[in-house]
Amino acid sequence: MSRQDAERKDWPLWEVFVRARRGLSHGHVGSLHAPDAEMALRNARDLYTRRQEGVSIWVVEAAAITASSPDEKDSFFDPAGDKIYRHPTFYTVPDGVEHL
Amino acid sequence: MTAADSRGSSSASTGEVAAYVLRLADDALILAQRMGEWITAAPQLEEDVALANIGLDLLGQARSLLTYAGVAEGRDRDEDDLAYLRDERDFTNLTLCETDNGDFALTMARMLVFSAYQCELYARLVASTDETLAAIAAKAVKEVDYHRDHATQWVLRLGDGTAESHRRMQAGLETIWPYVEELFESDELFRSVAERGVGVDPAELRGPVLAYVDRVLRQATLSRPETSVNHKGGRVGIHSESMGYLLAEMQHMARSHPGASW
Repeated sequence: MSRQDAERKDWPLWEVFVRARRGLSHGHVGSLHAPDAEMALRNARDLYTRRQEGVSIWVVEAAAITASSPDEKDSFFDPAGDKIYRHPTFYTVPDGVEHL
Repeated sequence: MTAADSRGSSSASTGEVAAYVLRLADDALILAQRMGEWITAAPQLEEDVALANIGLDLLGQARSLLTYAGVAEGRDRDEDDLAYLRDERDFTNLTLCETDNGDFALTMARMLVFSAYQCELYARLVASTDETLAAIAAKAVKEVDYHRDHATQWVLRLGDGTAESHRRMQAGLETIWPYVEELFESDELFRSVAERGVGVDPAELRGPVLAYVDRVLRQATLSRPETSVNHKGGRVGIHSESMGYLLAEMQHMARSHPGASW
């Protein structure tokens, strides 16, 4: 396979984020292939907002995302498991406090 | 003016409205059929979906226009009758719309010119004195704006891409260019509906359409082809060889099984 063929077959992967409506955050909806960001945006429009699912789209090249590794799951997330004092419900609000 | 009202005006003018609307309908229908041929054959899955979307937009426009043409002519023909039961000589689409798809670059060249044409056309039809036509145009104008953008993006990338993509993009333009002047060809029917504020004389679209196309071609390092050959005849039912094959594929099911539904 020539270099050109390889490039054509390997358009980069883009992650797509769609905001369903004003006031909501953009949420990840999936990914797609496109030669560049502008085309990724247009492909995203065709693939992910066919049924009026969104009012705004972000695309990010997948390679630009630094993600946590499943291998680090234990050290990353488990330590938060027993820190119940991090939840507001841990604290009792004294009677008579109205504007806390 | 509603569809029912339009039937009330003089028969000559309703005949004109029906014939005019049928031209617009046939353009959309025949190109929709061509776009459908790309399904499963596009360079990438994402592009496959994009081309199918564009084809379906055109089909939607064709359905509204055919239905209205049927009402306006008052011969009790619905969209299916008009799409599936007319013969080649009764179709009044532009020759450009029936040209073979060729490669992806040719399809993009055709889409650039035709969607630029539809953009200018529908933008004016929004102000038609015929309310049905104005409403169809109001919906369609946003769709064709997207088609034009899609074609523009690809023409820029292929024209200003590799040596091979540039060569094929220019070749696509050269192939379709003999069919471009027909888009702007005026005749008595066009002039009459334009005078009545119902339709648009395509001659007035030539300037803005070619200005848009030229701008894209320049940016894409492509050149507008020069040709002394101008194919015509589509508007009066004289079509190219490709048209027979296209209609055979489009119509054979409906004709082999009249009235079938599923």
